[in-house]
Amino acid sequence: MAQKEFAGQMVDVNEEGYFTNPQQWNKEIAAAVAKEEGLELSDKHYAIIEFLRNRFNSGEALSIRSINKSGIVDVKEFYALFPGAPLKKSTKIAGIPKPSSCI
Amino acid sequence: MSSSNDKPLKKVCIICAKGTIEDVYAALVMTNGAVMEGIEAKLFFTFFGLDAITKKQMKKLKTATIGNPALRMPGNIPFPTLLGALPGVEAGVSAMMKSQMEQLDIPPVDEFMELITAGGGEIYACKLAMDMFKLKREDLCEHVSGVLTIGEFYEMAGGEGTQIIFT
Repeated sequence: MAQKEFAGQMVDVNEEGYFTNPQQWNKEIAAAVAKEEGLELSDKHYAIIEFLRNRFNSGEALSIRSINKSGIVDVKEFYALFPGAPLKKSTKIAGIPKPSSCI
Repeated sequence: MSSSNDKPLKKVCIICAKGTIEDVYAALVMTNGAVMEGIEAKLFFTFFGLDAITKKQMKKLKTATIGNPALRMPGNIPFPTLLGALPGVEAGVSAMMKSQMEQLDIPPVDEFMELITAGGGEIYACKLAMDMFKLKREDLCEHVSGVLTIGEFYEMAGGEGTQIIFT
């Protein structure tokens, strides 16, 4: 398994750079991953990341619709905060697996 | 997954010409999926597909219970064509499809279009089909960016890494 250093710590990642062990995540690591993606994390980013992690930990599927219903941001803001491929980017920064949902 | 020689997809132009639940959703899932991947996406509705963006019809899409050999009842029993012809059966089957989709967190048509446009995807209507069905711009839902001729559609489909997909 590949390892990568973020914020001075080694974490296990897969070939696409997603964490394989979400326990190895913390906020400093998130900031380092975000930097690599070209993002500076704001409180809004962290609120979404926390939402994603909570949802992942409770075993719920992640979809763009669930973000819209989260009450944290609407979809438009979500795309603006994580430009490009928002759900992929945000889950990578959140240290959880890439979403397997099609919606 | 992809080699460095692969040219990534940059834009998809998806055409939906039918108005059944499954045809419309196939187009919506593909369009939204592209937007989520950061791929520029244009969705073009024509002919019966226009029902999906017509205010009066978009919440009433149906799945055909006749002429649909893949349709089966619970328990995998083939769905008899004659049963599909009875009044109310199509509505019942369609309601069932919608409840199944809701369980998978698939949004209703208008909400799905909201997700697509919020992410930068664009939805268009075909001018010729609009004329045929005597539809006006104001009959269409708010998510529609415009009414296009086929020429305008092709202009929009230019550029390297673009694919046109007819569902």
